[in-house]
Amino acid sequence: MILTLGHFLALGAMLFALSVIGIFLNRKNLIVLLMAIELMLLAVNMNFVAFSYYLNDMAGQVFVFFILTVAAAESAIGLAILVLLFRNKSSINVDELNTLKG
Amino acid sequence: MDAKTGLFYVFALVLLVAAFKVITARNPVHAALYLVLAFFQAAAIWILLKAEFLAITLVLVYVGAVMVLFLFVVMMLDVNLDGVRKGFWKHFPLAATVGVLIALQMAAVLMGGFRLSEQPKSTVLAGQPAAQVSNTKELGKLLYSEYLYPLEIAAVILLVAIIAAIALTLRERKDSKYINPADQIRVKRGDRVSLVKIKPTTAAPVVLGAPEDKKA
Repeated sequence: MILTLGHFLALGAMLFALSVIGIFLNRKNLIVLLMAIELMLLAVNMNFVAFSYYLNDMAGQVFVFFILTVAAAESAIGLAILVLLFRNKSSINVDELNTLKG
Repeated sequence: MDAKTGLFYVFALVLLVAAFKVITARNPVHAALYLVLAFFQAAAIWILLKAEFLAITLVLVYVGAVMVLFLFVVMMLDVNLDGVRKGFWKHFPLAATVGVLIALQMAAVLMGGFRLSEQPKSTVLAGQPAAQVSNTKELGKLLYSEYLYPLEIAAVILLVAIIAAIALTLRERKDSKYINPADQIRVKRGDRVSLVKIKPTTAAPVVLGAPEDKKA
């Protein structure tokens, strides 16, 4: 039994579905929400690397490189906003962040 | 089933278990540590796919920088764990429905399209000598020739992220003795010294002698 592209795509799909479930479950914890987003990006990157290997095209790996860059910037700014939020509201519950709601 | 397939199954299993623990862990610190485990397994799978540079980058950048940042933030914030866990399973039916839906859709696509892509094409063509091509070298050639402009944009994005993160979280101390340098340079003589015109006064003549006699 040899590894096919389908194996890696199935793994990426399962990882993505798991992180979507995580986003729904952790409605009260912003930190775990950010972690679930990181897992989603990992699943997408897994697909890119698998396609890059099986189609013999390096462009997929270049794309993963840029996704990693943007994801690192995103999580840094996200955590900074989280710290600021916690300083002002003493809570990271998403349901309590309704100041702008009319 | 060769060794590579067995390794893939081991890594994939640990990756999925770690991902499951990330989304269900009671303590955010445990969730962050399980996420580190998940990133390590993903890096191992990428090495199976001959993407060594990206695997090492994943470990260095994600485990070394991003996850350490996560751990710092988790430990810095004093999160009320019981309040956070309240109503955790309330959303589970909706979450399970959406997750199963996504899994079914992806399975439909996978069953239809990718069953036949069996053999990985080898990097080296059959007629050529089996020269080992370094993955890092290939990626570097591509990055610095064809993708040079996106690379510059990525660098600018990182710079923006640095400045934004610092500007958002910087907090000035109230008791600091800091002096604004611009104010220091702009200061004039009049701000420091003021000349006051005072009428000259003459000192009262001091009489040497016994003051008691004068009073009397």
